[in-house]
Order: sequence, then C-alpha cells, then structure tokens
Amino acid sequence: MSAIVAQGVSKYYGDYPALRDVSFSVAPGACLAMLGRNGAGKTTLLKILAGLSSPAKGTVTIYGKPPRDGEARRAIGVLGHGIAVYDELSAFENLRLFGELYGLADPRKAAAEWLERTGLERAADGLVREFSRGMRQRLAVARAFLHSPRVLLLDEPFTALDDRAIAVLQTLLRQALADGRTIVMSTHQLREALDLATEVGLINRGRLAFRGERTQAMLDDPGWIYRHYGEA
Amino acid sequence: MPGFLRDSLTIAAKDLRSELRTKEALNASVSFSLVILLLFSFAFDPSAEQTREISGGLLWLVFAFAGALILNRSFARELPNDCLDALIASPISGAALFAGKAAANFLLLLAVEAVSLPVFGVFYNIRWWGQFWQLAGVLALGTWAMTVIGTMFSALTVNLRLRELMLPTLVYPVMIPALMSAIQLTTHLVGGEPLGGDVLVWLRLLVAFNVIFTALALSLVETVLVG
Repeated sequence: MSAIVAQGVSKYYGDYPALRDVSFSVAPGACLAMLGRNGAGKTTLLKILAGLSSPAKGTVTIYGKPPRDGEARRAIGVLGHGIAVYDELSAFENLRLFGELYGLADPRKAAAEWLERTGLERAADGLVREFSRGMRQRLAVARAFLHSPRVLLLDEPFTALDDRAIAVLQTLLRQALADGRTIVMSTHQLREALDLATEVGLINRGRLAFRGERTQAMLDDPGWIYRHYGEA
Repeated sequence: MPGFLRDSLTIAAKDLRSELRTKEALNASVSFSLVILLLFSFAFDPSAEQTREISGGLLWLVFAFAGALILNRSFARELPNDCLDALIASPISGAALFAGKAAANFLLLLAVEAVSLPVFGVFYNIRWWGQFWQLAGVLALGTWAMTVIGTMFSALTVNLRLRELMLPTLVYPVMIPALMSAIQLTTHLVGGEPLGGDVLVWLRLLVAFNVIFTALALSLVETVLVG
C-alpha cells in the first residue's frame, strides 16, 4: 500500500486555481522533495495532505485513510511555516500538551526525551516567549517528531533555521528515513532537499509538471529541473 | 477517561493556563465590566423600584459586552505561530476542541461575573442574593448560551481581519432569545422572588436554546475549522 496517494486534486481560492488535477503517490520509506516557485501550490498541497484544507476536487489518502481520519492524523507529523508551539507555555508543557493530544502512553516521558534529543533539556521549564529563534525552531522540530509519525509533511523545513537547527533536523530526517518513515517536503533550498530526497516533484502554476526519481544529474546541477520543467 | 472528555479537558487546561499567565483577556474584561457599571451608575439615578426592574437587563448587557473580550481571544490565541494548524492536524476531534475551548471560556466568563455581581449590588444598593442558588443557575445557563455562540463565532471569524468587530456583530443578534430569557429570569430573582408560574417559560426557552445551539456547534465546528 502506498503511504500517500493524491488523485486528481484541485483547489481554488475564489477563481484562482491553486492546484489543478494533481495526482501522485509516495511509497512507504520514500522522501519526496516537492519543488516549485513561490505561489506554485506547494503549501496548498501539503495542507491538503495534512487534512488542514479540503480539496475542491479529487481525493487524498494516507495509508488508505482520508487525512481527517483519526488514524491518519496520528500517522502524520507536520512542520509548517509557523513553529506551532505556545509562547505562554514552557517547552516541556508544549511537548506534553501535544503528547496528550496524540494519545501517547507517557506524554511526560516523550516530552523529556525529545527535549534532550533537540538539545533543549536545560531550557525545559523556560517559557517559549523567552527562547531564542533557534531554540524555538528546535522545539518546533521536536513537536513534529514527538509522536513518531509514519508520514512527515514538511513545508520549507530548512528556511530560517540556524545552523544547529539544520543539523538537528537533517539528523532526525536521516534517522526517520532509515526507520522507514515517509517524508514529503516542499522547499526552495535545493541542495539540502535533494541531498535527502529519493524522489522529486515539481509544481508549476498548480500543475504537477515533473515527478520522478532523484538522479545524480539533479545533485550535480540542482537548477536542472527548473530549466527543463519550470515555467519559462 | 473517554477520549472526547480527556481531549476537551486537555484543551481547557491549556487555554486556562495560557490565560492565567498573561491575564490579557481576563484583566481587560473585568476592568471593562467595572467601568460600564460605574458609568451606568453615574448616568442614571433610578428609584429602588426602577432599579429592580432594569437590574436583569443592566447585568446582562455588562456581561455580554465584557464577555466579548474573552470570547474574541478564544481562537485568536491560536493564531500566533500557527498553533491552530497544529491543533487541527492533531487527532483530536473538532468537537473536542470546541468543547475544551467553550469550557475554558465558560469559567473565565463566570469569573468576570463573580466580580461584577457584588459591585453591581454595591453601586445600585441591591440585595441580589435573596435567591442565590436559583440566580447562580440562571447565570450559569445564560453564560453557557453566551459561551457556546461566542466560541462558535470565534472559530468562524478567527481568520477575518476585522474579527474584533465581526464577533459581537454576529453574536449579539443570534443571542437575543437567550439574552431575553436570562434578563427576565435575572430581574425576577434579583427582586427576591423564586422562579415559578409564567416565568418558567423563559427558563424553558433558555434551556432549549442551550441544547439546540450546543448540538449545532458540536456538529458544525469541524466544517467551520477545515472547510
């Protein structure tokens, strides 16, 4: 069974077509880098995959279930543009909260473990509003990985990260792939993304213009895909 | 503990903890209610009988105006850092999210009322506690009506630029039946008379309003949040 299947997905904002008849599937354990220029439809696609938005047409399944199904939502970890943690709560309280919402057996233990893995254990009781930008980003990464999701949906995951957060995220993503988890990431940062990706997609004005395996030619020349399949 | 109840309590505890740390909405709402009561006491100089007749209306106008400040914050507090997306993406149901937020709002509104009511008694020289438990019950029912409508419209307007204006504009007209009931019942009880006879019609209307709109909100909130 495919981890993710999108079939004929379209989405409109008013009359503007953000996505047009997008179809693809992602096998379990694969890492799909979804490329595209600003406004191409990458974030809209990820929101639909995460169940945060409904498609106007078409269907999406996560391990055979619709994204709003409880089982599918437990399988998904989302790292979006915002860090999605509460400024008025401590780092520990934030992770415990999401651990409880995801029904983890021991949310306190999971929170402590992920604070340690992201190097935030000494700041566990500090309020997030007092954190540096890098610390907030690492906490966001911990929040997305907390419940060991089988599918990771990452929207521009490397954008605005500091060096330490990039290192933490790359390590976690490599480990996730080694564990057989599935990753879909939208990104502009081609080198970091292509380094991890096993497959590549390119969205151009809401249409899936290219979908294939990542090749050595892409690694050698990350701009190649835009020159061949991007808009003129 | 059933999943729905556990998730609702988790959300309510989170909202209350956040609010009690910042006290943004609570301080604003309490201050606003006290200022309105003070201004009304300067604006009118009613006799004892007139005061008794307008007491219910006066109290519920204060509660409704001050309550909007708390209800406005309910879903708006999820906007910084895109926390609302994280909640919607999590496995909790929209109904549990709504119930948790409504529970937190209900307790915060009751806290505002607990401060406003004694001040009202002092400013207007009213011995409002004659039918204390019945009045407490009516306040709880009226506050729940305000909570359920306000929380639902807070979810509906969360992404609007003018949500601070839109929320009261939408909430107050829908609340008219519940407000009328609460006003009639409160006026009766503040006057020292127990509920009974014709007045019970208002109680039935208030209970029916709460049942219908709670059921509607729980069934529609998922659509409101995800579309």
